[in-house]
Amino acid sequence: MKEKAQGPPVALVIDDELQIRRLLRLTLEANGYRVVEAGTGPEGLVQAAQSRPEVIILDLGLPGLDGLTVLRRLREWSRVPVIVLSVREREEDKVAALDSGADDYVTKPFSTAELLARLRVAQRHAQPLPEEVVVRSGELEVDLANRVVRKGGQEVKLTGTEYALLRLLTRNAGKVMTHHQLLREVWGPANLEHTHYLRVYMAHLREKLEENPAQPELLVTEPGVGYRFVWKGP
Amino acid sequence: MSDAPRPDPDALLVAIQREEAQKRRGKLKVFFGMAAGVGKTYAMLQAAQAEKAAGRDVIIGYVEGHGRKETDRLTVGLPLVPRRRVEHRGLPLEELDLDAVLARRPQLALVDELAHTNAPGSRHPKRYQDVLELLDAGIDVYSTLNVQHVESRADTVREITGSTVQETVPDRVLDAAQIELVDLPPNELLRRLDEGKVYLPERAAVAMVNFFREGNLTALREMALRLAAEKVGQQVRDYLQVMQIERPWKSGHRLLVAVSPSPWAGAMVRWTRRLADSLDSPWLAVYVETARPLTEGDQTRLTQHLSLARELGAEVITTTDENVVRGLLRLARQHHVTQIVVGKPAGGWFHRWFRAGAFFRRLMRESGDVDLHVVRAEKLGDAGARRAAWRPWLDSGWRQYALALGAVSAVTLASGLLNPWVGYRTVALNLLLAVVVLALFVGRGPIFLAATLSALLWNFFFLPPVFTFYIKSLEDAMMFGMYFIIALVLGQLVARIRAQERAERRREERTTALYLLTRELADAVGVEDIARNVVRHVGQVFGAQVGLLLADGGGNLPLQAEPASTLTLSEKERSVAAWVFANGQAAGPSTDNLPMAECLHLPLATSGGPVGVLSLHFQRSTRMTLDQRNLLESFARQTALVVDRQRLSEATQRTQLVAESERLSKALLNSISHELRTPIAAITSAVSGLSAPPAERSLNLHQALVEEITQAAQRLNRVVGNLLDMTRLESGHVTPRLEWCEVSDLVNVSLQHVNRELASHPVTTDVAPGLPLVQMDFRLMEQVLVNLLLNAAVHTPPGTPVRVGARRERDLLVLALADRGPGLPAEALSQIFDKFYRAPGAPAGGTGLGLSIVKGFVEAQGGRVEAGNLPEGGAVFRVVLPIGEAPPVPAEAEP
Repeated sequence: MKEKAQGPPVALVIDDELQIRRLLRLTLEANGYRVVEAGTGPEGLVQAAQSRPEVIILDLGLPGLDGLTVLRRLREWSRVPVIVLSVREREEDKVAALDSGADDYVTKPFSTAELLARLRVAQRHAQPLPEEVVVRSGELEVDLANRVVRKGGQEVKLTGTEYALLRLLTRNAGKVMTHHQLLREVWGPANLEHTHYLRVYMAHLREKLEENPAQPELLVTEPGVGYRFVWKGP
Repeated sequence: MSDAPRPDPDALLVAIQREEAQKRRGKLKVFFGMAAGVGKTYAMLQAAQAEKAAGRDVIIGYVEGHGRKETDRLTVGLPLVPRRRVEHRGLPLEELDLDAVLARRPQLALVDELAHTNAPGSRHPKRYQDVLELLDAGIDVYSTLNVQHVESRADTVREITGSTVQETVPDRVLDAAQIELVDLPPNELLRRLDEGKVYLPERAAVAMVNFFREGNLTALREMALRLAAEKVGQQVRDYLQVMQIERPWKSGHRLLVAVSPSPWAGAMVRWTRRLADSLDSPWLAVYVETARPLTEGDQTRLTQHLSLARELGAEVITTTDENVVRGLLRLARQHHVTQIVVGKPAGGWFHRWFRAGAFFRRLMRESGDVDLHVVRAEKLGDAGARRAAWRPWLDSGWRQYALALGAVSAVTLASGLLNPWVGYRTVALNLLLAVVVLALFVGRGPIFLAATLSALLWNFFFLPPVFTFYIKSLEDAMMFGMYFIIALVLGQLVARIRAQERAERRREERTTALYLLTRELADAVGVEDIARNVVRHVGQVFGAQVGLLLADGGGNLPLQAEPASTLTLSEKERSVAAWVFANGQAAGPSTDNLPMAECLHLPLATSGGPVGVLSLHFQRSTRMTLDQRNLLESFARQTALVVDRQRLSEATQRTQLVAESERLSKALLNSISHELRTPIAAITSAVSGLSAPPAERSLNLHQALVEEITQAAQRLNRVVGNLLDMTRLESGHVTPRLEWCEVSDLVNVSLQHVNRELASHPVTTDVAPGLPLVQMDFRLMEQVLVNLLLNAAVHTPPGTPVRVGARRERDLLVLALADRGPGLPAEALSQIFDKFYRAPGAPAGGTGLGLSIVKGFVEAQGGRVEAGNLPEGGAVFRVVLPIGEAPPVPAEAEP
């Protein structure tokens, strides 16, 4: 989190629906944010530059300038975390938004608690992560510096690819990673369509790391979009 | 029918129908007289003036006053529709302008001289046909007629006056008419003739003067009076039947006249009509078709006789039988005939004794209680008709005679060369063989020639003494005689068998043609297909270009023939077709209507009215035989039936579609309005509970209300999701993104979605270990499982378990969702995946869309879905997907 001397973090809400903006303002202000609103895409871009928000909540179906375009323009100069909030629940839209640089995706109707959790994750990822860190979630402990994975204190042997996949997910813990993002990082840009690689290796990872592989709690499937590493309290 | 119950319901029906038909049609009144000059036109005009004075719209269509002042004076004040002028062979002629009268639509039209023959090129050959069309159009007509022009009286008139009447009017025209007798004593008429008050055309003056003799006139007057009286009698009888007035019923006679191609049959038909009239009985004209082939002349005469019978009001029936007597008696029994009319045989003593004799003996023996009339047909016939008597040797062309001559000569020559070795008796057998073989190829005439010639040649060249016709020994003479008879009989027998065979084949061809058409039409899908088949078939069988005009739904004939037609109708032919369609009668060459038209047009008539017109243009202008005409009419009937059936089934389908879409939209409205309003109502009432001041509600109530709102909102969201999914399916926008997915992952994700709804049901999962990756659209399959799970949640009582299983069956993945609820009613199994289907007794809730979305999504991915009941109770839904060959994954050694 950026250290800001003056007061609470700023959240920019770009949505054309007045009712949604009003509701978000109520919720976010009640949770310690300062809220800036924008009703259109261009206005949103202006506000993003002027009020330097800590996080942006972006609707995709905007009049005038489409939400995806706003996102791409924004990404040309800013790395501020963006949560997409939209009624579009088709995976193509989610994947397109995530691949265009959105940090997460929440579908309307949404629960306030979930939105707040996503906001916190997104804001944390905006901080540069130290290289030598140990990620812990429940029983699992991933020592990124020493490339060691432990479950309940016992070391778990992983293959190179399995480790690469787990490392990518844990470094982005709490954030959804699209198939493309995972495939590109682990198998290289030539294998973007080979989602079955992911299925097979995710199954391997779950087998080795999950309490109950049939009902995974750490490595969660985001249907049609990708996977997410979930942070659990110990 | 002598023992038929009375009053005869059929007769009653006919009388009532006749009355009803006349209410719609115009009425015909005929001013009827014994001869020209009795004042028919005058009487007609007087009656017309009276009608005019009574306020009716009366016009003169055609009245010939012949320049008489008294007559002309009576036409004053009656509007005149100008006559149509035509030129025929340089002669200017004036005719009734039928179309102008039809367009003018008067209440009453005067059309003089009912028996008149129209100028060539008119729509109808006869004026009475014009009048019938006026009547059809609902216009009343007054007309005039002399007794000698009545078809059934024409023969008698010729007998009386010695002159043949060319212009006749069929009796059926008069059947529906009111007859107004215009009577004048003969001597009075002769006086008027003397005073020059009777108009006679110049050319016919001499003949006509012969005609006007007192004896003739008296006879004609009696005929006219009798006919008028019969007419009145019939009308009285009709009235009695309709009014159910008791009276001694006349025994129900029914006549049958046997019609043959003989030139005298026409006279017999007229004779029978007169008998039928006086007995007031219905009558049939029957032709029994045998194997004997008919010459073209026979065919023409037969057609004439049958159409004459039809015109005179007979029911015409054609049947096929090897034996004429058997055929006649079969029909007589079928139709309860009481009297049969046959012609007295003509021809020489041989024919009379052997052939006709056998015919009559058998007829008398087998006819039982049916009376026989044997009519001396010969005398009734036209003088010239005898010349056209049946002569078999005209059947065959000169080629056949040449062939017969050539063959006999060749065999004789060859035998001559062989003679030194074989002897003259063998030669006889050679010649006999030649005659028999010849009989296989030529007709009876040539065979007769060949038999005779070969006998003579044999005698002359081979029988000793050779080169004379003299025969020396008795043995040889007997042999010669026997040879002659054997050759003749054998030849004739073979020829007859062949002729029978040919007739059989022709009938066979006809049946086959009709059968083929019927079969192809039965397979035809849609009107276009039917049209194509009819056009091709009729074109092939009749060697004609064929056009098919089919009426549209509104009963209008289109401007263009069906696209499949090979005939393009000119403007003129199209108007003929339109006339045929409107009047339901055939028109064109060899019909009574518009014979000058180029194409033959047949109405496609059904009981529900005409459905179109079949038009043929023959490549060669040949007269159609009776056979062909019958076949063509069968084709037309068949086509009409099939087109009608097609139209009906299309209409039924349309009605069903409309009903189905109405049912669906009603179901949609019912289900959706319920499904949307219920959660909205819940939210609204919960919110109003929340808006009360906090002091007045407990924390528990607050939480309960919030929970209600949450559930209602989720339910709303689900309904909208279902609707969106359904819309995607309906609009065909579901294009599954098939990826290799893990089944246990799918099951887990789906269960996560519904854990709140299934909170009160223990859920067990049973995913077989080691399942391969399966190609599917993960999101669609997730929706499928969610919908199935929600379905189970709604339809099973709380506490009953739900089991989700996945296993492999050969190359298929089977996902099974089983519950322990009440199971599915048997009648629901076939419809459970239909849109908006709600199983009987199902609890409220649900849009009726969930399962149809399941089906749509699964099928979009190439799978299938089944519903059933478990033997241990509860319903089971199975989703089956093909597994396919999973692609290889780069192997990696375990560390």
